[in-house]
Amino acid sequence: MTLEKLDLEHIPPAYQVYAALFRNVSNAEFLHAQLLSRNSDFEYAFIDASSVISRLHLLSAVYSAVNVLLDGTLRTPNVHSEIVVSMNISNNIADAYRRWGITPGKTKDLIVVKVVQPPTAPQDDASAQIPPQQAIWDHLKEHVQGTPTPLTDAEIAQATEWPKVRKYYRLNGVPLLDRLADPQEKLRQSEQLAIMGMALRGL
Amino acid sequence: MAAVAPPTEPQFPLPKVLTYPASTPPSLITQGAEGRVYKTTHLLASRPCALKYRPPKPYRHPILDARLTKARISSEAKVLERCWRDGVPVPAVYAMDPAAGWMMIEWIEGIPVRVGINGWLGERPEDGAETPKEDETPLVDLMKRIGTAVGALHRTGVVHGDLTTSNMMLRPRQGGQLENGCAGDEDRAKVVEGDVILIDFGLATQSMSDEDRAVDLYVLERAFASTHPRAERLFAVVLGSYKATFKKAPSVLIKLEDVRLRGRKRSMIG
Repeated sequence: MTLEKLDLEHIPPAYQVYAALFRNVSNAEFLHAQLLSRNSDFEYAFIDASSVISRLHLLSAVYSAVNVLLDGTLRTPNVHSEIVVSMNISNNIADAYRRWGITPGKTKDLIVVKVVQPPTAPQDDASAQIPPQQAIWDHLKEHVQGTPTPLTDAEIAQATEWPKVRKYYRLNGVPLLDRLADPQEKLRQSEQLAIMGMALRGL
Repeated sequence: MAAVAPPTEPQFPLPKVLTYPASTPPSLITQGAEGRVYKTTHLLASRPCALKYRPPKPYRHPILDARLTKARISSEAKVLERCWRDGVPVPAVYAMDPAAGWMMIEWIEGIPVRVGINGWLGERPEDGAETPKEDETPLVDLMKRIGTAVGALHRTGVVHGDLTTSNMMLRPRQGGQLENGCAGDEDRAKVVEGDVILIDFGLATQSMSDEDRAVDLYVLERAFASTHPRAERLFAVVLGSYKATFKKAPSVLIKLEDVRLRGRKRSMIG
C-alpha cells in the first residue's frame, strides 16, 4: 500500500491525513467529473504533481487547509478543495483549481490527499464511521488508473514542471535565486519562496 | 510541601494553534510588550520554528484589536518576504494566520549578537589602562558583517525600526570550523563568528527615506553605546561596510550627522 499516513505537527489526533502519488494517470477526465458532480465518495484533494516542488511544499498547503478547517473559516466547499486553494499565492479560487487541481487531458502525475475528520453528526452512527486507511486505499486503487508510487521528494521532483512552478510562484527574476549556482540550493530556496508565498496568500 | 515539582504551568494561556499535539511541547522563548515568541515545530518534528503570537488585548475595543493585530502580523510577514526575496539575511516565513495573531517563522540557531560581542569583550581587561595590542580581527569582522546586513536591508527599501544587537542573531555556519580562526584564540573567536541574521521586524516599515534609514543607524549606534560601550569605537567599521554594500549610503550618513545632533525624534513636541 503506497497510501501514506502523514503525521503533521499541530493537528488534533482525531484528524488523519493520508496521501498517495500516482504516476501516468490515464483517467483524469473521470476523476475530474466526480469532483464536478460533487460525488461524496470522491472527497479527495487531487493535486497535479507537475506544479508541486516537494513534500514540504505539499504539506504546507495541507497544514494551512486543516488549520482553516479547525478555525471554521473554509472559503471553499471542503477541506480538500481548500488544500488545492492553499497551494495558490493569490486568493483566486478558479485559478488555483486550474493550476494545482486535476485537469482533464493534462494531468499525468497525481497527488491524492485525504483528510479524515471526526464525524460531526453523531446521530447517523452507521454511515459516519471513519474509513480506515485500507478502505481509502482500496477505493483509490479501484478508481485511479495510474501507477502507485511512493510519495518521495525524488518522485515529486521527476514530475515537477519548473517553468510552470516558476510562473505560479513568481520565481522569475528573484535576485536571491539568480545569485545561486548550486541547483540543490536553488531548489531549496525556491521551495522556501513558494511556502512563503502560500503563507502570505492574498497579502 | 514541594515534594514533587509542580507540572510547569504555562505562565500564559497558549495560543489555540499550539494546543494541538506536537512532538515537542512549545516553549516560551521571550515575551515582549505586544506579543510572545515560542519555539515549536512546523509540519515535521525535524523542522523547528519560532511562533510569534500577538494575543488579543483586553484593554482595546475588540474590533480595533482584531484589526491592529491582523495588520501588524501581516506587515511583518510582508517585510520578511520582501527581504528574503532580495537575499537579506532574515528568517523565512513558514505559515501564518493573521486573524488569529500568529506567524511561524524559521528558527535561527545561535546566539544574539549582543551576547557574542559581550562574550568577546568580557574576557578582556577593563578599558582605560593601556590595553595590550590584541588581535581584534574577529570582532572587527563581525562589525563588518553587521554593516553588510544593515546595508542590504536598507537597499531593499526596508527600515527595521528597532535595530539593536539583541535583534540580530549569530548563526553558526554549516560545517562548523572556519578557515580564518587563528589557532590559540580559537575559542574566543568562536563567540563572534557566524552569519548575522536580522530578526524581529515587528516595528519595520517599507521606506526609502534617508531620514528613516539614518534613524535606524542612530538607534543602532545608541544601542552599541549602552550595551557594549567598549565596542562603540568600532561602530565606524559598521558604517564603513554599510557604505560598501549600500550605494545610497553617503546621503544617509550625512543625515545621520543631523540625527545625532537632535536625537531620534524629528520634532521636539511629543
